Amino acid sequence: MTMRTVLSNGVDLDGRRVNLEIEGDRITSIESAPVGRSHDDVDVVDLKGMTIAPALVDLHTHLREPGKEDAETVASGSAAAVRGGFGAISAMPNTNPVADTAGVVEQVFSLGIEAGLCDVFPIGAVTVGQGGEQLAEILAMAESRAQVRVFSDDGHCVSDPVLMRRALEYVKIFDGVIAQHAEDPALTRGAQMNEGAVSARLGLKGWPAVAEEAIIARDVLLADHVGSRLHICHVSTAGSVEIIRWAKARGIRVTAEVTPHHLLLTEDLATSFDPVYKVNPPLRSSADVMALREGLADGTIDIIATDHAPHPEEAKECEWDAAAFGMIGLETALAISNKAMVDSGLMNFSELIARMSSKPAEIAGYREHIDPLKVGRVASLMIVDRARTWQVDRQNSVSRSKNTPFHGTEVGCYVHDVMYKGSWVMREGTVLG
Amino acid sequence: MKLPRHLLSVDDLTRESAIAILDTAAELSKLSDGKMKKLPTLRGRAVVNLFYEDSTRTRISFETAAKRLSADVINFNAKGSSVSKGESLKDTALTLQAMGADAVIIRHPSSGAPQRLADSGWIKGPVINAGDGTRQHPTQALLDAFTIRNRFGRLGGGLDGLRLAIVGDILHSRVARSNIFLASMLGAEVTLIAPPTLLPVEIDQWPVDVSYRIDSKINEFDIVMPLRIQRERMNQGYFPTEREFSRHYGLNVDRVAKMKPDAVILHPGPMNRGVEIDAGSADSTRSLIVDQVANGVFVRMAVLYLLMAGSDHSLDHDTEGEGA
Amino acid sequence: MTRIVLSRGDISRAIRRIAHEILERNKGAENLLLLGIPTRGVTLAERLQRDISEIEGRPVEMGSIDITLHRDDLRLRPPRPLSPTKIPVSGIEGKDVVLVDDVFFSGRTIRAALDALGELGRPSTVQLAVLVDRGHRELPIRADYVGKNLPTARSESVRVRLSPLEEIDEVVIEG
Repeated sequence: MTMRTVLSNGVDLDGRRVNLEIEGDRITSIESAPVGRSHDDVDVVDLKGMTIAPALVDLHTHLREPGKEDAETVASGSAAAVRGGFGAISAMPNTNPVADTAGVVEQVFSLGIEAGLCDVFPIGAVTVGQGGEQLAEILAMAESRAQVRVFSDDGHCVSDPVLMRRALEYVKIFDGVIAQHAEDPALTRGAQMNEGAVSARLGLKGWPAVAEEAIIARDVLLADHVGSRLHICHVSTAGSVEIIRWAKARGIRVTAEVTPHHLLLTEDLATSFDPVYKVNPPLRSSADVMALREGLADGTIDIIATDHAPHPEEAKECEWDAAAFGMIGLETALAISNKAMVDSGLMNFSELIARMSSKPAEIAGYREHIDPLKVGRVASLMIVDRARTWQVDRQNSVSRSKNTPFHGTEVGCYVHDVMYKGSWVMREGTVLG
Repeated sequence: MKLPRHLLSVDDLTRESAIAILDTAAELSKLSDGKMKKLPTLRGRAVVNLFYEDSTRTRISFETAAKRLSADVINFNAKGSSVSKGESLKDTALTLQAMGADAVIIRHPSSGAPQRLADSGWIKGPVINAGDGTRQHPTQALLDAFTIRNRFGRLGGGLDGLRLAIVGDILHSRVARSNIFLASMLGAEVTLIAPPTLLPVEIDQWPVDVSYRIDSKINEFDIVMPLRIQRERMNQGYFPTEREFSRHYGLNVDRVAKMKPDAVILHPGPMNRGVEIDAGSADSTRSLIVDQVANGVFVRMAVLYLLMAGSDHSLDHDTEGEGA
Repeated sequence: MTRIVLSRGDISRAIRRIAHEILERNKGAENLLLLGIPTRGVTLAERLQRDISEIEGRPVEMGSIDITLHRDDLRLRPPRPLSPTKIPVSGIEGKDVVLVDDVFFSGRTIRAALDALGELGRPSTVQLAVLVDRGHRELPIRADYVGKNLPTARSESVRVRLSPLEEIDEVVIEG
């Protein structure tokens, strides 16, 4: 007997009444009137006015498995993703061993299926070992069971312009995309935080904005020259936004992502020397934050991606220089993005959700997530209580790691339930299984 | 008047509390002249010198200061960075606390490490920064201010109206940062003289004038403070050769001859004789370098007394006390 | 409740009398060194110095000794600023030192002063002159010269006001 679920008394992204019926793993009906049938084999859930939204899609997640399982595993990362309302995450390849072969990407892919909480799509490395010297077996990864379409050396920049050109050309075989971590390594050697007045006072080595902007400028021109798609990871400066805007105006096929933390936090937090605020790319000035928000609102920046970067306690409980770069973000992504963009009036909720679900799916080619919440589509969705406020508490972190910069912050947008391919994986804020 | 709980940076001080420290140091220096070298004030208290960087002179200065107040001194020479080698800062701190440290004096190569220690709750007593990375060295700035104050007869006051020039590698200097902000707080006018490569970005936000050349301005200053230039900076391209640096920015006898008749020279030490300062200048009558060393002990005694001896963090001005 | 126990006239007469007593006991001013304990002990020592010089027709040595760093109760209160310690160049060795303070109470201040003196040398004698003795000694220390004995309750406060620190000279008891 196929499982049937009825979600009644919900609202859609624009606030209109909606009721859904799900059978097996598919949505079978979407009505504005309540679906009145009650049978024994039907689970009717009264949503009491909460919002039904597509499950979110993250294009930038660090799952740390294989190699750094003390920080996170595919299973724990999937659970954290579900807690944040995600139905698909993209595992960055900077694991140990690096995901630069069909074998490793298939392993990660299998671990995701085994966890069974959300789609885990591995991202393949661009270069062998992410060493920046030799192209990895990109085609093998694309044709593996993992069907990789997005490639990145994230954590490192593909700084050699010739290698970047070759990679951009190569992925045209299967319409893949290179996701560049834009950071000229020579300009950021030893850097700890954004270069500016704050770093000058604090005596911390600075990371100049130009290190990001110069690479983006180069790469959009390369992408134009070879006629390829390009994606820019975690854009963080006003200058980067301007360059991408210019490139898009010229018809260059570049897409870009921004993290929730770069939409809200600034470099002033570094004055506490608490390494929970240490991240790559660094937190920047309030002018940069404003430019990023405007860039996301006007579409220059296409999507939000978390760059969820778990680290064990000892990597953050030390002096700044010795601490690891990175913040977790899956569980707070929606709430923080909502605070930065919807509460501030720059975007409506419906558009925000699109930038966190269907838009990332389009860039990466995750077909099941591209046109969600329609009759006949896979039932991967989340129920969000937009009215409920909650306080971020690092102790309640579902991720194995606790390095969130938002501990103590009051936010709205509570993810209440999540359904993955027709089955519940989270009810009332608790991840199941 | 509020005293800081820890002394991590000159930003922890106000003009009032900085002058209180200098006045206390002044009294302590007179006691020492008058033979009262050892005081029972911190008897039974333990002070730990937690030095992650080699520094014999600063460590000995703090040790002498603590011992003159009859405190017990424990020297802890820790080496290596936190995560990759050796015991973490946290574990070291917890060990020291368990061993009964009443105050920790820390020198560390990482900017902000003393603040991490102070904010962490691992240590219960005051934390005093003896130099962290390229960020701050507050007791150095205090002893420099004390030395200047004495020389220019500004007892009981600040450095108002005095013109101070700091020359050299400002970018990497914690002594520069502390001196700039303390001297300005005390009313001095500060000028930085350095090549652009050795100045931090957005320097226009600091309370300083900036000049890329020394010669046209050397006759304007009351105090000239050359900073130690490190040879590694040459290899990182901050300046082409030591010779070029020395020729254009070094304090030599010719430049010293152009200084105002009463102008003086300070140097935080240790000196690279022949690079940022030549022997003739270092040894001239204008040089207060030896005074700085002596004054370091009095200033550090004052800091230890004010931060450790009392019950909380204000200065007790109640002179109508309960009598003998 | 505040009551005045010594007026301006009372104070100056008491100081005058103590000056005579010091000279009598020490057989003159030749080997004397008056050391006031800041803050009011110094004012009193200055007045004693003036009176003694007038009576003897010759100057007498005076200085101050700050005992803050030798106190035994530092941890009970916030840190105090230091007052000046000024010892004449000839030092205290072999002198008849007269410590001068305003109110004599527990005796702990004098104990601290004796410790401080110990660092500076070995006087021939150490004597104590106080304007007011209010009792409640906590240590076995006694004064040699007392302006006025004032029995008080522990809860009461004795306030000494001297010019130029305050406008008028007087000693009051509060509470």
